[in-house]
Amino acid sequence: MSKAAMMETVDAVEIDYIELDDIIEKDFDQDKENLIMILQAIQRHYNYLPKPALNYLSTKIGIPMSQIYGVATFYSTFSLEPRGRNIISVCLGTACHVRGGARVNDKLEEVLNIGDGQTTEDKRFTLESVRCIGCCSLGPVVKINEDMHGRIGSDEIEKVLDQYE
Amino acid sequence: MKIQSLEDLKKISQAYEKQIYVPKGIKVNIGMASCGIAAGARAALDKAIETYKDNKNVEICQTGCIGFCEQEPLVEILAANKPRVLYQNITEDKIIDAIEGYMAGEFNKNKKWILGQLRDPRSLLDDDIENPLDGVDPIDDIPFMEDIPFYSTQVKIAMRNCGYIDPDSIEEYFAKKGYIAFLRALKNNKPSEVIDTVKASGLRGRGGGGFPAGIKWATCAKHHGDRYVICNADEGDPGAYMDRSILEGDPHSVLEGMLIAALGIGSKQGYLYVRNEYPLAVKRLVTAIKQAEAYGLLGKNIAGTDFSFKINISTGAGAFVCGESTALMSSLEGKVGRPRAKYVHTVEKGFRESPTNLNNVETYANVPAILLKGADWYTGMGTEHSKGTKVFSLVGKINNTGLVEVPMGISLRDIIFDIGGGIPKKKNFKAVQTGGPSGGCIPEQFLDLPVDFDELAKVGSIMGSGGMIVMDQDTCMVDVARYFVDFLRDESCGQCNPCREGLKQMLNILTDICDGNGKEGDIEFLEEIGAMMQKFSLCGLGTSAPNSVLTSILYFRDEYETHIRDKKCPAGVCKPLFHYEIDQEACTGCTLCAKKCPQSAVAGKKKEPHAIDQENCIKCGICYEKCKFDAIKIC
Repeated sequence: MSKAAMMETVDAVEIDYIELDDIIEKDFDQDKENLIMILQAIQRHYNYLPKPALNYLSTKIGIPMSQIYGVATFYSTFSLEPRGRNIISVCLGTACHVRGGARVNDKLEEVLNIGDGQTTEDKRFTLESVRCIGCCSLGPVVKINEDMHGRIGSDEIEKVLDQYE
Repeated sequence: MKIQSLEDLKKISQAYEKQIYVPKGIKVNIGMASCGIAAGARAALDKAIETYKDNKNVEICQTGCIGFCEQEPLVEILAANKPRVLYQNITEDKIIDAIEGYMAGEFNKNKKWILGQLRDPRSLLDDDIENPLDGVDPIDDIPFMEDIPFYSTQVKIAMRNCGYIDPDSIEEYFAKKGYIAFLRALKNNKPSEVIDTVKASGLRGRGGGGFPAGIKWATCAKHHGDRYVICNADEGDPGAYMDRSILEGDPHSVLEGMLIAALGIGSKQGYLYVRNEYPLAVKRLVTAIKQAEAYGLLGKNIAGTDFSFKINISTGAGAFVCGESTALMSSLEGKVGRPRAKYVHTVEKGFRESPTNLNNVETYANVPAILLKGADWYTGMGTEHSKGTKVFSLVGKINNTGLVEVPMGISLRDIIFDIGGGIPKKKNFKAVQTGGPSGGCIPEQFLDLPVDFDELAKVGSIMGSGGMIVMDQDTCMVDVARYFVDFLRDESCGQCNPCREGLKQMLNILTDICDGNGKEGDIEFLEEIGAMMQKFSLCGLGTSAPNSVLTSILYFRDEYETHIRDKKCPAGVCKPLFHYEIDQEACTGCTLCAKKCPQSAVAGKKKEPHAIDQENCIKCGICYEKCKFDAIKIC
């Protein structure tokens, strides 16, 4: 996400339709079968799925908005609301669960004062629970953006969060 | 260059054998799978590269994961005519000392860092070459990897190359007899012969269902139309990560398996459906596909024949149900991933309504080995109806967390206590949960059960994809059942009533029980709902969803009853149903619990027994975990 885009608010996010065209046409051949990957690319670009972009996509590849909305809400990766600058994925897979992942999650919710899937007011963090990221030996695991924090105790949460602006 | 013949391939293979077994200088292999990176391997790798950037004698390389996740980052160091040594927990601060120590031949100084030395680095597929460690003097007092309990009973087929080659180098895969099975079959065998070999091997699908792969291939080949070969890499079972490890450590073995399937079935197009949470696996697969295309092993007219095959990668978007074959195919078509009833099987009408063969990562990784060594070799391992090996991810309350590949038929006890090293902190084993959310909990009385598709089904569980979550005395079975039901309720696609409503009702009842609001008749009601779901759900997710609840009731009914009647959680997990107390006789007054308590709810004088203020206690369990004298009791 670009700096300029980050400063925009929800309603005013600017869509660069030329760029959007590039994603739809060049990267994914304007192919209906690539809908999920196109949505992933749009989300990578804007950090969420802005409605104007989806409207454009709908007309461009000829999939009704209802179907796009169906896909965007069915799969857990997609977000229809802007997310924070840092995405916290707290693993609640079985291995992390039996090793106290829920305690870590409780602590995160308490410190950030948000629930699962929510974003802090200052847009610094979004908290998402995930089911297993395949690092079971390091459980409980918290992934922040691309960084993995393994064997994390609930008392270490605040120190870790301080590393992210 | 484009490979045209087996001779071309063997030439490259031999040239690279030297590189992986007898390098010119010192070769340092750093385990760079996701778990290694999470444990700090990236920083270690960067540090080593920076330190030795001007030293041509030291080569810093990356490999995949050799399975011993507990000891990551793992680093292997080798050189010609010197022993191959595996170092454990090698973080940034230790890597240089480890390499310098190896070069100086000083092994005693850093003995604690050494996991072991190798006796024989060859895999089962390239054991026709001479053991490169023959004639090399081993180091005194350092155990051989092959003798360490974690490794001694393992037999690696699917994971044969993981941790031994650079996953970003197709040449190193060639050196391990890669693509020979495929090319030989392409040049010398009829498609039906390929299928017959897989059939004869008895290979069963490793994704969960355990359907014989050869029969699936044969049926798919019989139907007309554009046939597709799909690899299910949407590994969704929490606690199972063998597919991720194979994709990150040896992506070419999966591509080769798909190529062989395409050859047998007669397909021109393949798809890899990879879980979105595995970005590194996707990256390695993209590299691997490009390399295979560059050598002419993927694409049009492979090796000068009229056989063409292309593989595309598609990433999932976070839906557990997409592990189900029909849902996966629907997702591949860009739609919502909802399963359909299988009156017509996908081998007849699957992806794009065409005949489609779908297997998972581990299944495909086995295929080149079977073709190279023959079906008889493969059937020599395993039990009557479950042949070969299976990779398990051993996680939870276990000492040696990691991925283990063992011959089918080995007992659960051997896996958990010999390979896994038992339960940490001398606690008692309670149950092992196999097969992910669709599986069941197996209690101690069945620990001698041989691991086999059919034997696990007999006790109400399944093999599934191979997750093995070990639980100890501190795990509450009702809570675990609730956990899985909660997971599945989240992931249910919602189109059929039994699954959607059944899970919702089950979750309500289980939550009530865990909160202390359980009532007589709840257990029977759970059993009734479970039986209904097994019978009437549309897809595999729904029919198997009640398994964890039903098996935990079957084997741990008393625990449910204690929750409901006595309003107690004996394991100390369900917060409303227990409290902590300090045993006044056992407490030595060391003050550790008082220092660690986040609520300052523990009070007492030094060297005198402490007490917990129940009003302020939030039951976080920190005192229970930290006490060295077993003085904190669950009441």
